[in-house]
Amino acid sequence: MDRYRINHLRELEAESIFVIREVAAQFERPVMLFSGGKDSIVMFHLARKAFYPAKVPFALLHIDTGHNFQETLDYRDDLMEKTGAKCLVRYVQDSIDQGKVVEEKGINASRNKLQTVTLLDALDELKCDAAMGGGRRDEEKARAKERFFSHRDEFGQWDPKNQRPELWNIFNGRKNMGEHFRVFPISNWTEMDVWQYIYMENIELPSLYFTHKREVFNRDGVWMFKAPFMQLKPGEELIEKDVRCRTIGDITCTGLTLSKADNIEDIIQEVAATRTTERGGRADDKRSESAMEDRKKEGYF
Amino acid sequence: MSDKNSGYLDMELLRFTTAGSVDDGKSTLIGRLLYDSKAIFEDQMEAIERASERIGNEEVNLALLTDGLKAEREQGITIDVAYRYFATPKRKFIIADTPGHIQYTRNMVTGASTANVAIILVDARHGVLEQTLRHSYIASLLQIPHIIFCVNKMDLVDYSEETFEKIKNDIDGISSKLDVKDIRFVPISALNGDNVVERSEKMEWYDGPTLLHLLENIHISSDINHQDFRFPVQYVVRPQTAEFPDYRGYGGRIASGAVKVGDPITVLPSGFTSKVKTIDFFEDTLEEAFAPQSVTVTLEDEIDISRGDMLVKSDNLPQTTQDIDLMVCWFNERKVIPRGKYVIRHTSAEARCMVTNIHYKMNINTLEKNEEDKEVGMNDIAKLTLRVTKPLHIDTYNQNRITGSVILVDEGTNETVAAGMIR
Repeated sequence: MDRYRINHLRELEAESIFVIREVAAQFERPVMLFSGGKDSIVMFHLARKAFYPAKVPFALLHIDTGHNFQETLDYRDDLMEKTGAKCLVRYVQDSIDQGKVVEEKGINASRNKLQTVTLLDALDELKCDAAMGGGRRDEEKARAKERFFSHRDEFGQWDPKNQRPELWNIFNGRKNMGEHFRVFPISNWTEMDVWQYIYMENIELPSLYFTHKREVFNRDGVWMFKAPFMQLKPGEELIEKDVRCRTIGDITCTGLTLSKADNIEDIIQEVAATRTTERGGRADDKRSESAMEDRKKEGYF
Repeated sequence: MSDKNSGYLDMELLRFTTAGSVDDGKSTLIGRLLYDSKAIFEDQMEAIERASERIGNEEVNLALLTDGLKAEREQGITIDVAYRYFATPKRKFIIADTPGHIQYTRNMVTGASTANVAIILVDARHGVLEQTLRHSYIASLLQIPHIIFCVNKMDLVDYSEETFEKIKNDIDGISSKLDVKDIRFVPISALNGDNVVERSEKMEWYDGPTLLHLLENIHISSDINHQDFRFPVQYVVRPQTAEFPDYRGYGGRIASGAVKVGDPITVLPSGFTSKVKTIDFFEDTLEEAFAPQSVTVTLEDEIDISRGDMLVKSDNLPQTTQDIDLMVCWFNERKVIPRGKYVIRHTSAEARCMVTNIHYKMNINTLEKNEEDKEVGMNDIAKLTLRVTKPLHIDTYNQNRITGSVILVDEGTNETVAAGMIR
């Protein structure tokens, strides 16, 4: 029966397209969260496939911390122009100006946690009943427990101990007024699957994922880019290195990998050989053992 | 395509579930598979080393790797299904790691619903226990095509062939009562790694494959029903653009079987017939498509078709009925209400239904039917009859895991209260 066999990437693709179509069918005002990172780029690619030749029947939503790499923003605007999709942007700076959140202080200050408030406000303002995210179960131990369709109460909170059972491919998106769903179409993809798929489908990526020379500094064993709003600690110094991003968050929490990989094939080789996890360079996960679970309960991505 | 990456692109996906408690060595086994296949990373290992030390474990506690929630780590138990991933050059694996105690039957059922393979652990010292029976029953109820019984802790019974053979015989005795297609046995020691990834030198009497070798080679592509074409319509694609003014395609994932351009199609429930005009997949058009692909199908004739309808081949129709017999696993604290009403979901269709009969409750520790006690509560498995407000187009679960399955949803709370397998 090998005539009816598809490889693991095509099977994952079919599953994700199924999930995305389910969202479009079961919800009235879904959005797809878009960060400009590889996972959301792949997710958007899958959405285009799901509805072709029609346009994607929902908007994208980018929560801009104001601390993004310029390359990411340029890539986003480019992609929207090429595909004719619509990307809404909401700014953490606005939440700060409105006094809804207070900027963190100190040397490791980050706007990562503040994003949750901006995100929940945006979902409220846009009356979204579902938000798709590019989270993957292999990323982090709390994410390993996440459903495809993840129910959120009226406060946007996740209750990990009381999740709806999810069987076969039947997804239950029913909810009460004011509640919403987070949906993770690429739940079952690993970092390697994402890279292989990008290779197989020849998907264009922001230049940050490929090697480039950059002035960086080392903090707690992680190479970081120094943006103008960041401060060096005594003893930290800027050195020029060949680096690339393995994952892209905002500048304050994205560790850079020393690498000379300038094409997808070499990146796949690098991912295959690496002995640390993708989020090992993410300062936002290092805050405590349950940093991700705690943020997710509050309504984080 | 270059040589160095082409290998990765030809892997099959295998989903397996592991049922068992910490005492069975389930977490150790998963830890062993992940560790030996290099799917545990250094920073993860360091994190569990630190955590093990903090809670006072002498050795690295691999269970901490699978227990992802704070409450699980604090209490040292697995509460919910966790998904784990690893790959070898041959296959990519998705593990649905489920808790094994009876109060988590619903989580086991959830993990089992998508699995190709079930791994059931048996402690070599204790042999076949009540829970072995329970796990085997759930695997057969959910029609997992392959079951691998891992007789674990062989190191604690001096790697005795006799012990292994006795357990094997006992399980053969049970499995004759169950509906399972393919059963395998592997004697292992998860702790020492015997017959998990590497062959054991201490059990030369065993000439079968190691567990990983089995997982890599079990034939799974025929697990899918390739005979009966079933295409539940999920989403109607209508671009209404200048380029595609009249395009009307039906998006969905093929549940079973295959379809070619030109095939005669019947649309359910309307019964209208037509032929497949194109099978579209993004910018490509396909001559043939098959399960489990997600595609968009267009037809020769303009017919009113919407989500919840099903396209099938005109010479192979499913059963259309409003009265459905099924086995359910109940998920909710609120018990089944005789003549109670629920929302029923079957593929992309949704309707309401009423429980018209509770036939019996299954004692899953003894496999006996209990026709006296009809109180069906959390984690219970029972046979029911439902009356549905509109006809559903069904196959039996034995024939088709997609068109043979339903979920029930509580109309008040919107919670998923049951999984049903159509008889």
